[in-house]
Amino acid sequence: MTTLDSSKEIQKNNSEVNETHEDFRMFGLITFLIADGMTFAGFFAAYLTYKAVNPLPDGAIYELELPIPTLNTILLLVSSATFHKAGKALLKDKNSESQKWLIFTAFLGIIFLICQLFEYFHLPFGLTDNLFASTFYALTGFHGLHVTLGTLMILIITWQSRIKGGRLTSQNMFPLEAVELYWHFVDGIWVILFIILYLL
Amino acid sequence: MTISIDPQKTNNESLQPKGWLRYFSFSLDHKVIGIQYLVCGFLFYLIGGTLASAIRIELASPMSDFMPRDVYNQVLTLHGTIMIFLWIVPVVNGAFGNYLIPFYVGARDMAFPRLNAVAFWLIPPSGLMLVASYFVEGAAQAGWTAYPPLSITTPQSGQIIWILSVLLLGGSSIFGGINFIATIIKFRRPGLKLMQLPMYCWAMLGTSLLVVLSTPVLAGTLILLSFDIIANTGFFNPVLGGNVVVYQHLFWFYSHPAVYIMVLPAFGLVSEILPVHARKPLFGYTTMVFSIMGIVVLGLVVWAHHMFTSGTPPWMRLFFTIATAFIAVPTGIKFFNWVATLWGGKISINSAMLFSCGFIINFVFGGITGVALAQVPFDIHVHDTYFVVAHFHYIVYGGTVFIIFSSIYHWFPKVTGKMLNEKLGILHFVITFIGFNLCFAPQHWLGLNGMPRRVAEYDPQFQFVNQISSLGALLMAISTIPFLINVFLSVRNGKDAGDNPWNALTPEWLTSSPPPVENWEGEAPLVEEPYGYGKKISERK
Repeated sequence: MTTLDSSKEIQKNNSEVNETHEDFRMFGLITFLIADGMTFAGFFAAYLTYKAVNPLPDGAIYELELPIPTLNTILLLVSSATFHKAGKALLKDKNSESQKWLIFTAFLGIIFLICQLFEYFHLPFGLTDNLFASTFYALTGFHGLHVTLGTLMILIITWQSRIKGGRLTSQNMFPLEAVELYWHFVDGIWVILFIILYLL
Repeated sequence: MTISIDPQKTNNESLQPKGWLRYFSFSLDHKVIGIQYLVCGFLFYLIGGTLASAIRIELASPMSDFMPRDVYNQVLTLHGTIMIFLWIVPVVNGAFGNYLIPFYVGARDMAFPRLNAVAFWLIPPSGLMLVASYFVEGAAQAGWTAYPPLSITTPQSGQIIWILSVLLLGGSSIFGGINFIATIIKFRRPGLKLMQLPMYCWAMLGTSLLVVLSTPVLAGTLILLSFDIIANTGFFNPVLGGNVVVYQHLFWFYSHPAVYIMVLPAFGLVSEILPVHARKPLFGYTTMVFSIMGIVVLGLVVWAHHMFTSGTPPWMRLFFTIATAFIAVPTGIKFFNWVATLWGGKISINSAMLFSCGFIINFVFGGITGVALAQVPFDIHVHDTYFVVAHFHYIVYGGTVFIIFSSIYHWFPKVTGKMLNEKLGILHFVITFIGFNLCFAPQHWLGLNGMPRRVAEYDPQFQFVNQISSLGALLMAISTIPFLINVFLSVRNGKDAGDNPWNALTPEWLTSSPPPVENWEGEAPLVEEPYGYGKKISERK
């Protein structure tokens, strides 16, 4: 008797809480990205203030060359497009095609990181040489960390989309959409960073 | 796309520990998390209060005889950091926000329950880490502002632990902020409009915007500072070509909004408490909303008024003076709205009401000294003196902490189903109010006469006034005793409160006390008029 009653009770509770609501995970992610963007904004503000107020001491070396970062900019912009392709393919239930695009995007991300490291090793200044050198490494390093995390997340969602009816399908696009938004955000930050650090 | 709440998941929830044990678990229930924030914050408040007492004992005599100078610096740094990051911010945002906001928006939980639990569980480890740093090589000594070059040159291990701990607490705060914004904007019950929300929701929305926009800047700044300490870079180290003023700008870009992060939720809470105990609608709802948003916008562009003595150029001084003076307008609107809410009301003199009235008195005093401090000539005279200490304690203690106590008296019956003892509550208020004013009012005089802050020793001519101040601090310490006795006695043997002892109209009172796990049996009520007091029931919506 008691078990029957309690099972009824559970059923009643279940029917009560079995409600639906709008998906606002994307809204939360956007809020988070605004917060993350503010971290970069702080760094940029610091860098620009240094540029305006603190002169480069005599004999200090702070020279940047354009070819590698230009290549990197192109890499990231292309990768944003390929990511978009992956989403389109998944929406049409073409999982393997979507996976190819995702892997290609991750590959571009890895090339970006390799190029970045190559630039680090060939620059004529180190982290502690002068104020601008430090700011350069902090900014690009912090951005590189974001690219690393993004690449890892792309590989994870590639894994998740390996079977039809798995965690990532055309019915549940959220993981892909979330990582895509993050990836576009990281690209956007890079473009601003490229303009501020290399072109200004 | 919609998400359905999985019944399986809620069943698993019921397998979680019951009774008091659930407060030690990774619970996803917003009510449990709220209480976790409150109790955890209060324990840190006791630690921070002990440190404050140590400071006042030291300052009872002009020489540094109670503790060595470097220990004094550690104590004041820990006191500030603990009170701000582990007591006021988590309690006034995390505790009351988590407990009340889902009720106010008519939801069964926060928008992201798991993120919510993560945000809470970041706090105890980082707090313990901070307190424990005292036993390593000595805690941080550079004050809660951690200005370089002081923070670079003082012993480094304590400073690094301080930075790590503040970064974790900042992360917790950002996660909480994201959750509040999503809950208030997206998770409202169908049919509930934004302009029908109780005022605390608006306050938390404004606060969370400030958290999301400004806390990451502090995080970035502290990362750069830790590079300076660990990797020997020179961002903020003038010896290596760096710029200390950049640190100050970045730091205050967070830490001035942090003042509003600490006080805006208190504005919201007092706007909930006053109408209930004065039996009148909240005066000027719309102006309240706009003044909160005005404070949010202005709060982001006034930071350099902390830096008038840091070689700030004249145009910057002018801009930040004017912007700061402007903040007095929305704040004044709120103040007059509270007074107008009380005006002609059927006021019950109980502990919650007394603490709220104490808040209004203290806050207007702290606000007036704030306007005074925004004026450059005056600020340069009293910068880094006890005048500033008195000013911000009138805001954070006389303002926010009074409201925290007021809220505890107000919502204790909801959380526990028991009433707190009124006599002990009024005793608590009287000792706190006298002790607080005795402690901090004389410090205005000390500051005007040139006693610098953050120094263990002072000119002997200030001794008598400092002793009065220390006496007040003693009273404040004593005032905690009736409060603790009251809480412990009432949880066990308090008078039964019933579901709605105050006859309040806001949604959290329209369910049982304590509320069920799902907040309401059945559908959430639609409260279109949370402040419809003084009307006939038939006229209420």
